[in-house]
Amino acid sequence: MKNDYQQIDPKTLPMPAPSHPPAPRGGDQEERQPQEQRRKARRKWQVFPGRNRFFCDGRIILARKSGVLPLTLGLILVTSGLFFVFDCPFLVQHLTMCVPVIGGVLFVFVLITLLQTTLTDPGILPRATPDEAADIEKQIDESRNGGYQSPPRTREVEINGQVVKLKYCPTCKMFRPPRTSHCRVCDNCVERFDHHCPWVGNCVGKRNYRFFYFFIVSLSFHTAFIFGCVTTHLALMIQEHETSFSHMDLELVVCFFSVWSIVGLSGFHTYLVASNRTTNEDIKGSWSGKSGGEPVTNPYSHRNICKNCCSILCGPMPPSLIDRRGFLPEDECVQTGDGGDIELPVLTTKNEINMVGKHPCLPLHPAV
Amino acid sequence: MFETKTSSSAFGNYNSMWMYTLKNVGLDFVRKGTSQHSRFHNLQELRHSASLTTKVFIQRDYSEGTICRFQSKFPSELDNRIERSLLEETVKTLNSYYVEAEKIGGQSYMEGCLACATAYFVFLCMETRYEKVLKKISGYIQEQNEKIYAPRGLLLTDPIERGMRVLEISVYEDHGCSSSSPSSSSVSSACSTAR
Repeated sequence: MKNDYQQIDPKTLPMPAPSHPPAPRGGDQEERQPQEQRRKARRKWQVFPGRNRFFCDGRIILARKSGVLPLTLGLILVTSGLFFVFDCPFLVQHLTMCVPVIGGVLFVFVLITLLQTTLTDPGILPRATPDEAADIEKQIDESRNGGYQSPPRTREVEINGQVVKLKYCPTCKMFRPPRTSHCRVCDNCVERFDHHCPWVGNCVGKRNYRFFYFFIVSLSFHTAFIFGCVTTHLALMIQEHETSFSHMDLELVVCFFSVWSIVGLSGFHTYLVASNRTTNEDIKGSWSGKSGGEPVTNPYSHRNICKNCCSILCGPMPPSLIDRRGFLPEDECVQTGDGGDIELPVLTTKNEINMVGKHPCLPLHPAV
Repeated sequence: MFETKTSSSAFGNYNSMWMYTLKNVGLDFVRKGTSQHSRFHNLQELRHSASLTTKVFIQRDYSEGTICRFQSKFPSELDNRIERSLLEETVKTLNSYYVEAEKIGGQSYMEGCLACATAYFVFLCMETRYEKVLKKISGYIQEQNEKIYAPRGLLLTDPIERGMRVLEISVYEDHGCSSSSPSSSSVSSACSTAR
């Protein structure tokens, strides 16, 4: 019944932030209020819609599903630990001091590159704002020209003479830039998407591909080095008629199987780096075969192996686009819960547009 | 992982862009102080009467690959708001900044090799070249907004805040003027005349 509902005057609504006192007590209060607002203001990582986890107040990002990362770390630490504890003292006595030094350098490099690959934003694209999404929808509707059959949501662009199709991402509500793909595990569009690697527990993309590459190459050297050292240790002990080498069984087994797979993977990625391709493109055969009678060529390659390698491994480090530690704008601070898209006020009528300029979270500032 | 310092400091400058948005204009004028008071004369007039009408998006130009570059096509929605040459100049300058940031050459190779040799710990102490150029871009956009766009009732948003996908131009309309204001460069003067 209508009489049960009382018309609410917006001006009489209580202020949303409970930390603000009702009346200013002194000059300090006015300065303290904006600072308290900033302390209460949420950071963007807290409302990030993708399937990621954040630590240290947004400084560290991880995929929500860590995959077999603990196994990877465990294998590296256990195998290297056994090597340093059992093999190194023997080999230092019988061979050279360089053995633990080289092993140590390789071990540290492997660990650092693994952590870099796992904990770096791979090149996640932030989702389109509602205004941007509405603009794209409008363009799609206009391009349909009233046809009954809606065309697939694609857009063709010419890149260095090669026609490339850009697909529309329904989750992120935007046309994906070239070489960008949506990772279903992390639920993010990632630039220059290579693959989602369960061994490192993260996507491999534009920003962390070089760390991933250095990780697998250094791991190849590390496993090969340990394998060689353990084999040498075994040979020397057999010469001296020693029989207690049970710890070496584990190292030999792990290294033997790892060497083949990791060296193979390093070789594959060296080919990809030299030809400036991604695993995703190679699997889909994007740049092999023909399209419309014309052979397709990779439009991103610099046509020079050295230049391709240098641009991928030593090129400028692009910034993270998701601004994890930035604060949400004031008009979004009333949003609750995470995992949903950030909803900005949608522009419809002019009367509603006038409300966009208001600050629902801020009390009436005494100076205004 | 080691991007804490650089990314937050870079975005600190981008967030300061919002000091000039008409949404935050009231509080920010108080914070800014009197030294720049005269510069805000036009913005202050717009604050009392402007409302956000629409947003125009300039999309990326991928004809040369995945490097960051924006289309120079002039949006028809801005026909009556700004001279074509001014917007084209802004987009051309922004594109040249991005080319500088993403340039593959001696300096970027040195930076990459140094970073690799130090296991990327060097980025804890220094900014990447890309971050330095992004700060220059942020300063340039601020300056363009103050001098050219805000007096015409427009506002550029730094592309980094939109994932480098679009160059967003917010179009504001003055309550005191009709929407069919003919001159794009004299919005504020037309409004003051009307009053």
